Amino acid sequence: MASHPQAPGESSNTLGSPSAPGWQGIANDWASDKEAFKQVPWGKAMMWIFLLSDTFIFTCFLTGYMSVRMTITTAWPNPSEVFALTIAGREIPLILIAIMTFVLISSSGTMAMAVNYAYRRDRAKTTALMLATAALGVTFVGMQAFEWSKLIAEGVRPWGNPMGAAQFGASFFMITGFHGLHVSIGALYLSIVARKVLRGDYERSGNYQNVEIAGLYWHFVDLVWVFIFAFFYLW
Amino acid sequence: MMAHAQGQQHPISLYLKIWGLLFVLSTLSYLVDYFHFHGYLRWALIITFMLLKAGLIVSIFMHMAWERLAMVYAILVPPLCLLVLVGLMATEADYVFLSRVIFFGQ
Repeated sequence: MASHPQAPGESSNTLGSPSAPGWQGIANDWASDKEAFKQVPWGKAMMWIFLLSDTFIFTCFLTGYMSVRMTITTAWPNPSEVFALTIAGREIPLILIAIMTFVLISSSGTMAMAVNYAYRRDRAKTTALMLATAALGVTFVGMQAFEWSKLIAEGVRPWGNPMGAAQFGASFFMITGFHGLHVSIGALYLSIVARKVLRGDYERSGNYQNVEIAGLYWHFVDLVWVFIFAFFYLW
Repeated sequence: MMAHAQGQQHPISLYLKIWGLLFVLSTLSYLVDYFHFHGYLRWALIITFMLLKAGLIVSIFMHMAWERLAMVYAILVPPLCLLVLVGLMATEADYVFLSRVIFFGQ
C-alpha cells in the first residue's frame, strides 16, 4: 500500500482506478486516505446512508410490532379478513393490499426505466416516466387513505378495535402511516426532479445522477413495502 | 461524452424482466394467503418470496449489483445489527408473555 501511483490531489485519476477483487479491494479503498467510496458520487453515497438510517427506523417499527404480536394475551385480528373487500357480492381476502403492491411495483419499474433514459439524455421520456411514477405513488396513497377510512369506520383506533388485540391499531397506523408519508414525500420529490429534467437543468450541468439518486429513494420505499406486506399483511 | 463509470447503462429489457419477476413473486405471495397455507409452509413461502423480491429490487433496480464492494458492505453490513435486536426481542417474548398472563390472570 506504500506506493501511490497517482500524484497527490489528482483525484480524476482515482476515478479510473480498477477495483481489486474481494477483501483486498475493500481494504485498499478504505485505507487510501482519500474518499472511501470511489466512483460513487457523494450525493449517491449520502442517499444510501440516509436509506440505511431509514432502514433502522422501519425495522424498529417492525420489531416493535413483532414484540407486541409475540407477547399479546388476546387473539390478533386476522389480516386476511380485516383487509378483505366485497367485490360483486364475493368477499376477496387482502385484494386491496395486493393491488396496492402491484401499483407500487409498477412505479418502481417505471422509475428504473426513467433512470435509464436519463443517462441516455432522453429528457421527454425521463420526465414522462418520472411523472408516471409519481402518479402511481399518489394512487397508492389514495388507496391507503381508502383503507384507513374503512378501518376507522369499522372502529379501529390506535388504542383498540372490535376485532381483537388492542395493539393492532397502533401497529397498523404507525407502520403504514410512516410508509405512506414516505410515498407522499417521494411523489413530491420525484415531481421536483422531473421538472428539473424537463427544464434542462441536468442537460446544462451534464450530470443526470440526481435522477438515479431520486430513484434510489423511490425503490427503497418499494423495498420497505415488500417487508410490510410480508410481515404485517401476510403473517 | 463522459463515460459512465458505474456501468449503469443496461438494456431496458433487463428492467422489464425484473418488473415481470416482481409481479410473479407478488402474485405468488398473495396466493399463499388466498389458498390459506398455514404453519411452517406459509412462513417459509412468505419469507422466501419476500427475500427474493427484496434482493431483486436492491441488486438490479438500485444497482447494488454494480457498485464496488466497499460501498455494498458499508450499506449491507450495519443492518445485521438489526437481526440482533430482532433476536433479543424474540428471546424476551416468552418472558413478557408469561408476565402478562400472570398479571392479567390476577
